[in-house]
Amino acid sequence: MPEQQDDILEEITSSEYKYGFVTNIEADEAPKGLSEDTIRFISAKKNEPVWMLEYRLKAFQHWQKMEEPNWANVIYPTINFQDIIYYSAPKQKVSPKSLDEIDPELRNTFEKLGISLNEQKRLTGVAVDAVMDSISVATTFKEELSKVGVIFCSMSEAIQEHGELVKKYLGSVVPATDNYFTALNAAVFSDGSFCYIPKGVRCPMELSTYFRINAKNTGQFERTLIVAEEESYVSYLEGCTAPMRDENQLHAAVVELIAKEKAEIKYSTVQNWYPGDKEGKGGIYNFVTKRGICAGDHAKISWTQVETGSSVTWKYPSVILKGDNSIGEFYSVAVTNNFQQADTGTKMIHLGKNTRSRIVSKGISAGKSNNSYRGLVNVAKNATNARNFSQCDSLLLGDKCGAHTFPYIEVKNNTAVVEHEATTSKIGEDQIFYCNQRGMDTETAVALIINGFAKEVMNQLPMEFAVEAQKLLAISLEGSVG
Amino acid sequence: MDVKSNLKTAYSQQEGNSTHLASFQTENWKTFSGMGIPALKHEEWKYIPVKNIFKDEMNIAIESSNLEDTIIKKSILPGTEEANTIVFFNGRFQADHSIIHEKDALVVKSLETAAGDEDALFVEEHLGHSQAYHPDGVNALNGAFASGGAFIKLKKGKSLLQPLIIYHFSDSSNGFRFSQPRILASIEANAQITIVETYINIGGGESFTNEVIEICTGRDSITRYIKLQNEGKHSNHTGTTHVRQLERSNTHAVTITLDGAIVRNNLNMVMEDEHAESHMYGLYLLNGNTIADNHTIVDNRMPHCESNELYKGIMDDQSTGVFNGKIFVRKDSQKTNAYQSNKNILIGDQASANTKPQLEIFADDVKCSHGCTIGKLDEDALFYLRARGISEKNAKALLLQAFASDILGQIEHEAIKNYIEQLISERLSFQA
Repeated sequence: MPEQQDDILEEITSSEYKYGFVTNIEADEAPKGLSEDTIRFISAKKNEPVWMLEYRLKAFQHWQKMEEPNWANVIYPTINFQDIIYYSAPKQKVSPKSLDEIDPELRNTFEKLGISLNEQKRLTGVAVDAVMDSISVATTFKEELSKVGVIFCSMSEAIQEHGELVKKYLGSVVPATDNYFTALNAAVFSDGSFCYIPKGVRCPMELSTYFRINAKNTGQFERTLIVAEEESYVSYLEGCTAPMRDENQLHAAVVELIAKEKAEIKYSTVQNWYPGDKEGKGGIYNFVTKRGICAGDHAKISWTQVETGSSVTWKYPSVILKGDNSIGEFYSVAVTNNFQQADTGTKMIHLGKNTRSRIVSKGISAGKSNNSYRGLVNVAKNATNARNFSQCDSLLLGDKCGAHTFPYIEVKNNTAVVEHEATTSKIGEDQIFYCNQRGMDTETAVALIINGFAKEVMNQLPMEFAVEAQKLLAISLEGSVG
Repeated sequence: MDVKSNLKTAYSQQEGNSTHLASFQTENWKTFSGMGIPALKHEEWKYIPVKNIFKDEMNIAIESSNLEDTIIKKSILPGTEEANTIVFFNGRFQADHSIIHEKDALVVKSLETAAGDEDALFVEEHLGHSQAYHPDGVNALNGAFASGGAFIKLKKGKSLLQPLIIYHFSDSSNGFRFSQPRILASIEANAQITIVETYINIGGGESFTNEVIEICTGRDSITRYIKLQNEGKHSNHTGTTHVRQLERSNTHAVTITLDGAIVRNNLNMVMEDEHAESHMYGLYLLNGNTIADNHTIVDNRMPHCESNELYKGIMDDQSTGVFNGKIFVRKDSQKTNAYQSNKNILIGDQASANTKPQLEIFADDVKCSHGCTIGKLDEDALFYLRARGISEKNAKALLLQAFASDILGQIEHEAIKNYIEQLISERLSFQA
């Protein structure tokens, strides 16, 4: 144990944002700006069927009529949507047939990220879909997955090859008209992951996507769609990084999950977009809509997220509990430091009978950052015996940061039991003293206490991520103690 | 005639008065004209359709009072015959009907008088402070009609032997009555007071009271405040109780809502000096179609302050209970302790509860927590009582009474507590 702590400490003292490199890969880009032409360009580039183009154009028309929302507890300069490159693809002459054909420069990038595609393939047995800027560059383990009938591929490939499935489910949980950023995403999304688990299949390995924004001035708009048929199970991981740049970059993704009867989807995110430097310059705007639906009885969806990156985060992974006896879970650790702002939380919409949900949210703010939890628990009239328990704790490190909680609880059924608990405090002096007394310096003590504070959530992460996430916590809070 | 022009006529009907009050009214009228009545889209009015209250037939005309003493006598809270009383009729202060026994300690006069005499400076400084916390048309509309308000001053070092009870009468016998009482109170250093507000609808027709009371408390003063709402199914209410704890003082507020159509209570505690302390308790016992919305704000602007908050709700039939509690801890307000709890029981199968406990914290050395629950009666407790031969109806009533007693126990005035307790036990044994 002490050794491990030394590691953490070393990393604390040495590291800044270590994923801030830029890869020099020629990119195939759309001209800057957003218009119908841009959308036609993207659609044509991807050789999409007509229905897809129509879907995009409709979303775009709707988007033009919408106004950018401003209710979240975050402040950022207005985004100039004409100043963004909506499509940027690493140039490749022919689409790769195997991993060996992938641009070595690109593979180096992913190696630096710690996801050597080869290694990942051999050692961990995790199937990876890597998305760079706008398009998916590699999907591993495809064959093995297809043996059990699992489809795991990039969204563009899915549109080509599994058009019917995509057409059926795309936008069924998060309609294009849902909000400002989903409309934008629906209009310009360039790639993402698609995952389909057939009936009765337990996905033999963890599925994983890595997102990376590489090119300058680009926005990333990926779209993830996971469909779990009856009695199936899948665990899905998502990780994100971006290079260090002075200007802000926009990331507006949409994730849709569909769990049919007795199916279970476990979705874990380690979000580590570039948070901006110590003066608050640069960083990613992370405006993401994630929503899952427990469409059948006894279905279960579980969101786990570790949020350490982005300069502005605006994200509420939600679960619609439509099937009777379905379960929704949300575990979150959100860390903000320096000038980061996070407004994150969840929505649990109870529609079916005997539905249960659990929310555990841990917010840690340091530096001059602001961290908000915003959640909704809604029990509809027919959701008899619905049960919810929410806990959101905030930890403040330093006297210039802020921690905020905005939980909305709306209950329309008299058999429902809903509980909500929240606390805000700083690390107790007695706790630090206790550690100091045992020969730990203050920084190590803080790292230890924070890991303990977040443990409930960390325990939910798959092994591969848990270690990384723990280190991330310590790194993001580097220098904030004292 | 529509609402807007009715209001305008009534507004211009007010007689000329002292300069500050006149300009205050003009300003508020402008704000109201600009903002209008908040719609459901307004975050602060999300759960209550306040727009629906404003109807064209609403009568807001300022009329001379025809209030009879017998009606007042009938409405006196039992056991408080000796109390100091202030009477408002249709939202306007009635000096003739108000009786102050403890004249050496307590000064009560119209706001208009206060704005022109030795208290003018105080009025200028403190009138309208609540607006910063409620920048909406409803608060401003009250401000535009402040000329009918009252001014209360409790002198330094005095403590009242009897409570000060404020009776708000609305006469709805000739149609929908709209009243807008305004009160500004100064509780000076080392003084002690119990203020009780209650509302009476004469005639039982439709009524709407839009009230603002602003209280400033001085060093080491103790203020107890009770708001009792039991007006009837046709009475709407939007009220703001705004307390500025100017120096280290202690405030204790209890809000009891038993009846009404659409009821909104804002309770603000602003801690402007170190070591201020406030306690806020609330009980809403609702049935029928009542919608009751309690919004509270505790604003910790200075270090070492403490606040405690407990609101409980019982919702039957199709009623809706809403709670929104905000705790702000400003920068440098270190060593703040702020606790908040909201508990709801849903009895009616059409009843609903919406709650939003909200913390906004900008200082690190604080202890803040909030909790809220929405649920049903405890099955085990019910079974325990049933096993001992208590009928289901009585068992339920007993449990609900116990649930409510946490709040009632906070009322210090024996007679008032007993009166409210009786009201509640009658209601519970009847409806459970």
